[in-house]
Amino acid sequence: MSTDAHMLERFAVSAKRRRRDRLARSAILGATAIALIPLALIVYYLLSKGLGSWSWSFFTTDPTGNTFFASSSIGGIKSAILGTIEIVAVASALAVPIGIGVAVWLVEYGRNSRFAHTVRFFVDVLTGVPSIMFGLFVYIVLIIGTGSSYAAYKGAFALALLMLPVVTRSAEVVLLLIPGALRESALALGAPRWRVIFKIVLPTALPGLVTGVLLAIARAAGETAPLLFTAGATLKSGFSLNGFMNSLPIQIYTDVTSATTSVVNRAWGAALTLVVMILLLNLFARLVARRSSVG
Amino acid sequence: MSSDGHTQDTAPALGATGTQDTASALDVTDTQDTASALDATDAQYATDSDRLPPAPRTTDIDMLEPKPSSPQSSQSAPTSERRAGAHTRIGRGVKLEKLRAFYGEVEQVKGVDLDFNANEVTAIIGPSGCGKSTMVRCINRMHEEIPGARAEGRVLLDELDIYDAAVDVVAVRRAIGMVFQKPNPFPTMSVFDNVAAGLRLSSRKPSDLHHKVESALRGAGLWEEVKDRLGEAGAGLSGGQQQRLCIARSLAVEPEVILMDEPCSALDPIATLKIEELIDELKARVTIVIVTHNMQQAARVADRTAFMLGGELVEVGPTQQIFTNPNDARTEEYVTGKFG
Repeated sequence: MSTDAHMLERFAVSAKRRRRDRLARSAILGATAIALIPLALIVYYLLSKGLGSWSWSFFTTDPTGNTFFASSSIGGIKSAILGTIEIVAVASALAVPIGIGVAVWLVEYGRNSRFAHTVRFFVDVLTGVPSIMFGLFVYIVLIIGTGSSYAAYKGAFALALLMLPVVTRSAEVVLLLIPGALRESALALGAPRWRVIFKIVLPTALPGLVTGVLLAIARAAGETAPLLFTAGATLKSGFSLNGFMNSLPIQIYTDVTSATTSVVNRAWGAALTLVVMILLLNLFARLVARRSSVG
Repeated sequence: MSSDGHTQDTAPALGATGTQDTASALDVTDTQDTASALDATDAQYATDSDRLPPAPRTTDIDMLEPKPSSPQSSQSAPTSERRAGAHTRIGRGVKLEKLRAFYGEVEQVKGVDLDFNANEVTAIIGPSGCGKSTMVRCINRMHEEIPGARAEGRVLLDELDIYDAAVDVVAVRRAIGMVFQKPNPFPTMSVFDNVAAGLRLSSRKPSDLHHKVESALRGAGLWEEVKDRLGEAGAGLSGGQQQRLCIARSLAVEPEVILMDEPCSALDPIATLKIEELIDELKARVTIVIVTHNMQQAARVADRTAFMLGGELVEVGPTQQIFTNPNDARTEEYVTGKFG
């Protein structure tokens, strides 16, 4: 009996360590809770304020521009939704192939060369550049520089510049995770390098690449600053890349400063729309990525 | 499933490997195909198609259906049907002349002269870091894939120097296949696609893909175990099956030499035994170079054994001699376990 008690004493968790454990656990749980509070509040406010302005006509009519009389119809956000989709689609079409191309070059060819390190450095710098700088750059080059006016494609350029480093960096990280043994075994089968990249490396990396692209799209879709003085703001829906084009962030930006309650509510509705759109895109792309890989 | 496949597969092979199986495989080679295999690959495909009914060009799903039985089909005896699928092809010899390999400034292989005879198994043994793997990777020019790595000297495939400036590295690797230490099937691909990968990845459009895939899987002794799940992920197979899948993958492109870099070091003893039996069968159609840490393995599978130390070839000779009566004292110390 006495030895049992002695053994138990030797192997028992000390009270001090138990206290520390409890303290550490509650600290990290608390940190998680604190991080969740703003997230929950954002979702709560978006839903409570935004859902109220949702209606069929909210999505199917352009804003009228009449914001002075609460009684009159202020219109919906159709042009903003279409504009955001079009601008972001064009921006992605530019940034995704180039970004993944740069990442493939860095991982498969550039590796540790001096030029590759330089490229990596500047990609990192670009990631940290404030988004308004991309707007300013496009403004100076394509608007002041050419003496022309705002246009949708200029907004898309600005967003593409913003997306490029995000796509590149995330794609590079994912491509680096692909085991070298896979490349080697494909090369050892007598496959040319470009086929190894297209048939083995990229398909294997696909889910990760999709995630990176989605992050970039989500970031670009919510950006206001690069569009302010590149795509301009307009009321009407139009698909011409050469004309002004409305977008959800710009719509929110102009509406939320209005003195009219119904217009401010439209900003909430538009914000909720933007969040839901990005959420749907995420779900869709994840389903596609899951289906495309075996098992 | 796997245990069934195991007993079915191993039992006859164990009995027959040395006598029946190899002998008859060689017979087929000698009588029918030697000329055509040497002449042209296409002629040889034709003979293969004659032996098995031509598989219709189908999708992977179609391959899941049990196939109508071919002349020498599965039900009869695994060994005979495996042989039927085997490409009777004569391997080619490889000759290293003053081969040196570098990583940056470090010389890892220091001037090796070594012959690998056609249709023999040559084992390379030696302590870790002695340059075995590096030397083998020079034979299909995989060494140069590592940044900063380079090789000097000559590697002759029959008469052709594969380091000649006019030689296409892609063609070299198609003729000299490689099986790696860890089984590494392509993770996004099914069993079928894994084997077909080499054919699809090579620039020529593969004809008669299904026949070739089946034939390669039979050649790797895996067909019976996977024929009902060709559409499933290759990564879902057991470790030993995955390694045989990798062997099937390299067989599919019909190489003349296969390099194996410690192919069993990640496998359990039973899976190892199967690979060793397979190696014994495969040497009828290819020349095999196997790097191994396992000296019993070298003794079991190799016709000749080479012992390397510190980047140099110490000794090469018939396996029996290397293990029982080596010429060099260092070889004796190594094979008797005094160091390494």
